[in-house]
Amino acid sequence: MSIFLGKTFFYATTPPVKFSRVLKQIRFIGFQSTLVIFLTGAFAGMVLGLQGFYTLNRFGSEALLGPMVALSLIKELGPVLSALMVTGRAGSAVTAEIGIMRISEQIDALELMGLNPFRYLVVPKLLAALISLPLLTAIFDVIGIFGGYLVGVKLLGVSGGTYFGEMVNYVDMKDILEGIYKSLSFSVLIIWVCCYKGYYTGFGAEGVSRATTQAVVLSSVLILIWDYFMTSVLF
Amino acid sequence: MIRVEDLHKSFDGFEVLRGVSFQVERGEILALIGRSGHGKSVLLKNIAGLMRADRGHVFIDGEDICRLRGRKLERLRNRFAFLFQGGALFDSLTVFENVAFPLKERAGLKDGEIREKVLSELELVGLAGAEQKYPAELSGGMMKRAALARALVREPEIMFFDEPTTGLDPIIAHAILNLIDSIHKRLRFTGMIVTHQIPRVFDIVQRVAMLYEGSILITGSPGEILSSGDPIVGQFIRGEVEGPIDYH
Repeated sequence: MSIFLGKTFFYATTPPVKFSRVLKQIRFIGFQSTLVIFLTGAFAGMVLGLQGFYTLNRFGSEALLGPMVALSLIKELGPVLSALMVTGRAGSAVTAEIGIMRISEQIDALELMGLNPFRYLVVPKLLAALISLPLLTAIFDVIGIFGGYLVGVKLLGVSGGTYFGEMVNYVDMKDILEGIYKSLSFSVLIIWVCCYKGYYTGFGAEGVSRATTQAVVLSSVLILIWDYFMTSVLF
Repeated sequence: MIRVEDLHKSFDGFEVLRGVSFQVERGEILALIGRSGHGKSVLLKNIAGLMRADRGHVFIDGEDICRLRGRKLERLRNRFAFLFQGGALFDSLTVFENVAFPLKERAGLKDGEIREKVLSELELVGLAGAEQKYPAELSGGMMKRAALARALVREPEIMFFDEPTTGLDPIIAHAILNLIDSIHKRLRFTGMIVTHQIPRVFDIVQRVAMLYEGSILITGSPGEILSSGDPIVGQFIRGEVEGPIDYH
């Protein structure tokens, strides 16, 4: 698997890059995931607003609801949940697509045209994920913060000025960067695992189906493990 | 032009190829015959560099494809075309896009030139009017012909045909073999064809090699193979159940 990752990075950093393929993948991995990110972001923010309010209320600290929601989303939930959603929606499709291309000899056909399958299939997906996932995470965070606002301010009566004012006081650029770094590393992880599983899929429909399941499960587990290490070691 | 020397290939401890050696001269087509599941496609993929042999050499114009990597391998493969058993058309692209694909990616031609070349190739294989169809909308014969058009559009020096007529009715199968023959006469490529269309394929090839139990049992002209006194060859050619080949 590490050779696969090494090759992917090598071909991603040496020309030529298939820009039209990258754009197509941005549309698929990024744009077409917007709705699911919008929905999960909104409800994650709303539930955080609800839980946060009742917890902070015990200590009389409802004023800190804004920073609590924002920091939870920006540092943890945004990058992790966005990555999990993209794994489920686009990662599984990536594995199935490459797996079917493998078993129907389409990848062999590419190679025999003198085309490198890494350059044609894997690299555009990696670049598209590196561009899309941080943006999707940003959308998730913003929608989530407004979800928390809806519940905390409009439903439970926290002052709107306090919600956003305290947020400005407590959220640093470092926190935002932490979320971006996580998103970038999750992008690599998803594409690495999902492309690898598709590229080395087993035989027939059963092989592709098993590879797809393994890709989603392995990516999801690795995202959570890597998130823990990034949080504890780097930040 | 193609020289295979002592080629060995195993899968999970089972040796499929056990020291295969033969050669194909420039401009000739060699038919590779033998029982199903006995390694003909594996041999073809080893020669095309799609699989790595455990041992042995495949020399193409003196270059050993078993030892080539990276750009050198890509450059050599650029001289090949391969007609896969299932066609291997890109299912997200139309017939036109499939045939145009190798030209767009490699040849550096202008759009107009590509269009002209693709349409003429599709016309040649009898698929004029099917340009906008997707592979899922094609019959087996049309799929093979579209794949043939894609393989030929770059005018390759070396062509590999992996069971080009499998799954087709006898008329379409005959038409595909005629097409390969007429294209060979035009392009004079060097070719290898794996097929069970015996003896029909003997009309379009210059030499025949029979793979039996992991190695080449016999090579010769179609006439020599047909008149061979070897009981294994005879049984196989005539498709007899009784004989030295155990069909179980």
